Amino acid sequence: MLGQQLINGLMLGASYSLVAIGYTLIFGVLRLLHFAHGEVFMVGAFIGLHVVLWFAFANIYVAIAGAMVVTALLGWIVARFAVQPVDKGYPLAPLISTIGVTIVLQNLAINIFGGEQVAFPETIEQILYRIGPLTISSVQIFILAVALLSMAALWLFIDRTRMGRAIRATSESHETAALLGVDVNRVVVVTFVVASALAGIAGVLDGVKNSAITPHMGLEVAVKALVVMLLGGLGNVPGAMVAGILLGMVEILTASYLGTSVRDFFTFVILILLLLYRPTGLFGTRTIESG
Amino acid sequence: MPESTASPFLRAAGLTKRFGGFHALRDVDIEVRERAIHAVIGPNGAGKTTLFNLLSGVMAPDSGEIAFLDRPLGRLRPHRRAALGIARTFQNIRLFGHMTVLENVMLGEHWRIYPSLWRSFVKASLHRPLGEAREETEMRRRALETLEFVGLADRRHVMATDLPYGEQRLLELGRALAMEPRLLLLDEPAAGMNIRETEDLDALICKVRDRGVTVVLVEHDMNLVMGISDRITVLNFGDKIAEGSPSEVQLNPAVIEAYLGEEGTL
Repeated sequence: MLGQQLINGLMLGASYSLVAIGYTLIFGVLRLLHFAHGEVFMVGAFIGLHVVLWFAFANIYVAIAGAMVVTALLGWIVARFAVQPVDKGYPLAPLISTIGVTIVLQNLAINIFGGEQVAFPETIEQILYRIGPLTISSVQIFILAVALLSMAALWLFIDRTRMGRAIRATSESHETAALLGVDVNRVVVVTFVVASALAGIAGVLDGVKNSAITPHMGLEVAVKALVVMLLGGLGNVPGAMVAGILLGMVEILTASYLGTSVRDFFTFVILILLLLYRPTGLFGTRTIESG
Repeated sequence: MPESTASPFLRAAGLTKRFGGFHALRDVDIEVRERAIHAVIGPNGAGKTTLFNLLSGVMAPDSGEIAFLDRPLGRLRPHRRAALGIARTFQNIRLFGHMTVLENVMLGEHWRIYPSLWRSFVKASLHRPLGEAREETEMRRRALETLEFVGLADRRHVMATDLPYGEQRLLELGRALAMEPRLLLLDEPAAGMNIRETEDLDALICKVRDRGVTVVLVEHDMNLVMGISDRITVLNFGDKIAEGSPSEVQLNPAVIEAYLGEEGTL
């Protein structure tokens, strides 16, 4: 029973991690809370859905790829037009600008896709595997594999590439990075693009997992991922990965032992305790590093 | 020193920078010749670091012009100046503390040839992820060479801020050299170093110059400055009060007076 719940928690948590990594990357580089990040996640889910609906040949991989491309583009647009032009003299201004993006994206989605819950078609054949007392489905394996693979790819990007190094350097000091020849504005844009693509993947995975999506799905994930970012430590990428999975497990365990009605209650109790007693998160606030 | 071209390598004319009512620099002219070691000295608050900030593009002057290789720099942003070949180190060391020694140096490497955002995406995703990996290996190799040059090769896997102070200064120098600059601005490279380390640094700066890099040096250690500089500019309260060879500057009454007011000896 416990083992089964931990598997479910791992799945839930992995998508929290994917969204939270984006938050924490952007926070690391700009010290900005990207309010619309949950809406990017929602857009990813809808793009994934419509790729599957529109194109007969499209399987789930094409859906994920399509969602990544569109959300990456969205990240570029947000960075270039909603964040970078805003006067940096007012620390709250970019935050408020991303709140504006939230409203725009949500209303666009409601107008285009309708305000109702939509079914996400079954794209992966359900096969149940029994390993001793545990049951794991092909869908669960798929979701977990894609999430972990995306995280591994991100880690390689941050740790092993020139742009990844530039992102880490920029998160430590814009000025020093610039003096070494790093185009800081470009780094900011790339960070938004990468973070948004990860959110897009998470959106499609969420559709696959819940078999239904709505234009309002962004808010809940945004808030949960925010808790994850704080839990992992602001700007701490490995922290976000671990904390996401941790929160997923905590939620599943509270839901199964105390009932689903107290699940979110528990999440926010964690948040409040965290802010009171350990505001730097479990693993410490830091600039982006590879771990 | 032979004049290779009629126009100087680096020329700043009429540089003025105010902070409120305080003149950090007032109408300062400086010409630096190619392959020279050019020191800028002066008591605290003379405007030396401000001069570096203007040259590297961290701050814009209130008035005056800077031309590098005959090209007016105007309001060119710091990373563009870095791409033109201007590198600097900092008085208060600014290493990337969450990176290893090797990664700090790799960060300095060839940003100048980094393609546009779009092209870099196409390149990385479709074209040749393997090429990117090869480039990374190549960057590692060159970074290691640079570390050997400054004598930190065996420390490459240490986190940058775990190095002792003197070695942190050397690492900053190495990171700047990795940019393959034509002009290197060194802001008090010997600060906090012991006599032995300062002597090594002395030799290292000369080796850098012999590689063809022009060095502009802000430094308080007068033994170091007088020993290696080809030319010295003296600032005092934002004004240029003297310029010339080390022996000329040492005998200049205005310089002696400025320094007597503060430290007593030159």
